[in-house]
Amino acid sequence: MASDYNMMEMMISVAARFLEDGKSVAVGTGAPCAAAMLAQKTHAPDLVVIFEAGGVAPQLPEMPISVGDSRTFYRGVMAAGMVDAMTTCARGQVDYAFLGGAQIDKYGNINSTCIGDYQKPKVRFPGSGGANDFASFCWKTMIMTVHSKSRFVETCDFITSPGFLTGEGAREAAGLPEGGPYKIITDLCVMGFHEETKAMMIESLHPGVEVDKVRSETGFELIVPDEIGVTSPPSAEELRLLRDEVDPLRLVIGRA
Amino acid sequence: MNVLDEGIGPLFMDPDPDKAREFFRQKSRAMVDKRMSAKEAVERFIHDGDYFATGGFGANRIPTAICHEVLRQGRKHLGYLGHTTTHDFELMCAGKCFDRLDAAYIVGLEARGLSPNARRYMQSGEVQVADWSNYAVAARLRAAGEGVSYGLTRSMLGTDTFKHSAAKVVECPFTGKKYAAVPAIWPDVAAIHVHYADMYGDSVIRGISIADYELARAAKHLIITTERIVDDSVIRDDPTATAIPFYLVDAVVEVPYGSYPGNMPYLYFSDEEHLAEWLRVEKDEAEFAKFLDRYIYGVSSFEEYIELCGGQERMEQLRKIENLVRE
Repeated sequence: MASDYNMMEMMISVAARFLEDGKSVAVGTGAPCAAAMLAQKTHAPDLVVIFEAGGVAPQLPEMPISVGDSRTFYRGVMAAGMVDAMTTCARGQVDYAFLGGAQIDKYGNINSTCIGDYQKPKVRFPGSGGANDFASFCWKTMIMTVHSKSRFVETCDFITSPGFLTGEGAREAAGLPEGGPYKIITDLCVMGFHEETKAMMIESLHPGVEVDKVRSETGFELIVPDEIGVTSPPSAEELRLLRDEVDPLRLVIGRA
Repeated sequence: MNVLDEGIGPLFMDPDPDKAREFFRQKSRAMVDKRMSAKEAVERFIHDGDYFATGGFGANRIPTAICHEVLRQGRKHLGYLGHTTTHDFELMCAGKCFDRLDAAYIVGLEARGLSPNARRYMQSGEVQVADWSNYAVAARLRAAGEGVSYGLTRSMLGTDTFKHSAAKVVECPFTGKKYAAVPAIWPDVAAIHVHYADMYGDSVIRGISIADYELARAAKHLIITTERIVDDSVIRDDPTATAIPFYLVDAVVEVPYGSYPGNMPYLYFSDEEHLAEWLRVEKDEAEFAKFLDRYIYGVSSFEEYIELCGGQERMEQLRKIENLVRE
């Protein structure tokens, strides 16, 4: 086991392990794309990667810089369009999607639109892009993010993309299809959601991380089960693949 | 049909399909030479107050030359469709060209970061905004192209994205399920950059089409910029490749490297150094004003801009990056 890994490598390796072979994933640029590429090079060679602008099942030669750049359909099986990519999600053929945002609440709702008043925001962010669609349509959504109190908040200033909304039964009541947040992978821990209440709960702590540290970096009451696992750090093989093949320019993983 | 909820966002364009049909009834089907300069295309087809849309995806296959011309000609009070707009959005904000915005993805340049100037403009309160998801906007364009007044999606439901859109939640008459009904949008004018086109406007896109198939069929007026103009016979030899037929098109503008500094699939990669320069200079408003003078307001054509950005030598480097040629 390699001990000289950084947190980005940890998060990407953990995320990659959640992606099952023979399933499909909608990815963005950066860490999510790296996780999908790592999964393909390890346990999931038949993981289908889909990009929202229309790239389907590319043989990614390197990390794309945009979810619509030409790498996203390099030697792909189809260069389609956004309607095709999104309707594939809408009809239930996309298993996983990765999302990100400035704020996340305990039900996994995400804000990537604005901080402060909507009409005259303190900070304006990009908005939904394809995130709301992925969060609505895909069976299991995941988030990779740094763990901090300003990010994990009691209430999002704006709910851009749905998690479980207000908890149990809320997605169904709103008319959303079955689906929702699956795993939240941070630099401190892996979190999932309580089966009934749909609130966020710790599943495993990264090596050396205490529960109190996670609590102090979270702006809401986290469910802490009696038994919490320890996240397996990246293996030597995962690190080699990440550094030599997935991200040789170290654009995402940085220098370990 | 029961309307169960509605967004409070502004609806900028009339979703009446019969008004749109009346417009398209009058639109010429003549197969005539539509070649013109970017300057003339903007003079003729983009007016103050029009609702404008750009094709492509942020910094991929975007109609940069038309955006520059919109700035140079000082267009104001446009409506704008922010459907994953990145460098094109930066440009429209640099000229403060629009004051009404349908936003699905704005302000950011994906992995490159956020545009300081676009943020300043969007945080100024000067822009009237409705928010949407990317698919919702594609569904609005597709509905328009189909000649119906709304599209349906199961996304946006239950969120503030819905609340700040002009969508409505409706009940399915067959199943009772809830859908977001998103109003059709017929932009007054759109600009789309393509790989090649004939002088009538028949256009071929290589690689992903993004939402340009839908946008071309929704826009009332359409400006095509193209890497090169080909003989009509090239189109007729392989009509399967045509994405946009001539009767949708009002202007054909030949602009080699027309997506620069964006990516053009198979031809040239995005100029990451130049895009980073934009983000850097935008931090300082005075420096940014000088930058805009140098690259946009102070030049008379897109060709001059390409020269300023390194000309053929730089374009050749970008061609190699696009084609994964390592040196």
